[in-house]
Amino acid sequence: MGILDFLKRKPEATASVARERLRIIVAQERSTRGAPDYLPMMRNELLEVIKKYVHVDLEAININFERDSGHEILELSVTLPDGKPAAKGATQTG
Amino acid sequence: MTAEIIVVTSGKGGVGKTTTSASLATGLAMAGKKVAVIDFDVGLRNLDLIMGCERRVVYDFVNVVHGEATLKQSLIKDKRYDNLFVLAASQTRDKDALTQEGVEKVLDGLSEMDFDYIVCDSPAGIEKGAHLAMYFADHAVVVVNPEVSSVRDSDRILGLLASKTRRAEKGEGPVTQHLLLTRYNPARVAIGEMLSVKDVEEILGIDVVGVIPESENVLTASNNGIPVIVDTKSLAGQAYSDSVARILGEERPLRFVEVPKKGFLQRVFGG
Repeated sequence: MGILDFLKRKPEATASVARERLRIIVAQERSTRGAPDYLPMMRNELLEVIKKYVHVDLEAININFERDSGHEILELSVTLPDGKPAAKGATQTG
Repeated sequence: MTAEIIVVTSGKGGVGKTTTSASLATGLAMAGKKVAVIDFDVGLRNLDLIMGCERRVVYDFVNVVHGEATLKQSLIKDKRYDNLFVLAASQTRDKDALTQEGVEKVLDGLSEMDFDYIVCDSPAGIEKGAHLAMYFADHAVVVVNPEVSSVRDSDRILGLLASKTRRAEKGEGPVTQHLLLTRYNPARVAIGEMLSVKDVEEILGIDVVGVIPESENVLTASNNGIPVIVDTKSLAGQAYSDSVARILGEERPLRFVEVPKKGFLQRVFGG
């Protein structure tokens, strides 16, 4: 280490941020790999339907596609928000 | 004896696919193998420049696919190794000029000419050209940089290799995957600015076959049209030699992954 290096501003250790972000996105993308192409669109349409009744956003809907010997499993889970449900469907806006 | 087909791919562009294809093909030729390296990037021919044979391209890959020239007429013999040949990409045709049947015909033709290895330099992306480059592969060299978008894209490519290749479709056993980490800067890794070899291996779930240090020699080599592996004094060249040896089954320890300890003269004059 030279004296100039010592005086330089210490860089942020951003590699750990990159590592964590990649871990999450790679795991998520692997879970839907090989799944039918319609999944993202189906997820959006489901969101529209669910939104009529409960306030949730896209992240609350988890679609998991698995291929087991001979059969395929489409697993869908919706994390409902805490507290009271939204107003009745027909009056819902946005 | 059929030729072993190796695709060099990455998903993301600009990570060093063509540099790697050129050095891999040359390295295999240096090991005494008869090698053909094919540029699959139709419309954006570049392998010829990196191999230094751009002025000798008469016929190209698409000409052979369309029966306008024979393989023999189209293969460009390397000026350094006479067991190394380049098949250039077409510069003028649209990317639909390649078909699966056409590519298969060319690969079969090369096999009949007793080639040991066929290196397929894939275009970036996951479109048709990239698909065709990987489809017939026995081995894949996935080139990755220690950078988020490159790592994510290579995971995508690893998934495609496991499903969208002839081997996968015909149940002929998986394509052998080799992960090659390029543009690696040990000094930046040491201070936590860059993903480490271990980070990339853990995220992607496979070990690296080699690590190529970021090196000014790579640009110098491409300026001169000489694959960097020929520059046996350069660290990148030596790292490519190690990687080729490992792909051929040899065991060699990883080099150039630690911050080099500089001597006094190197510190003064750089090195």
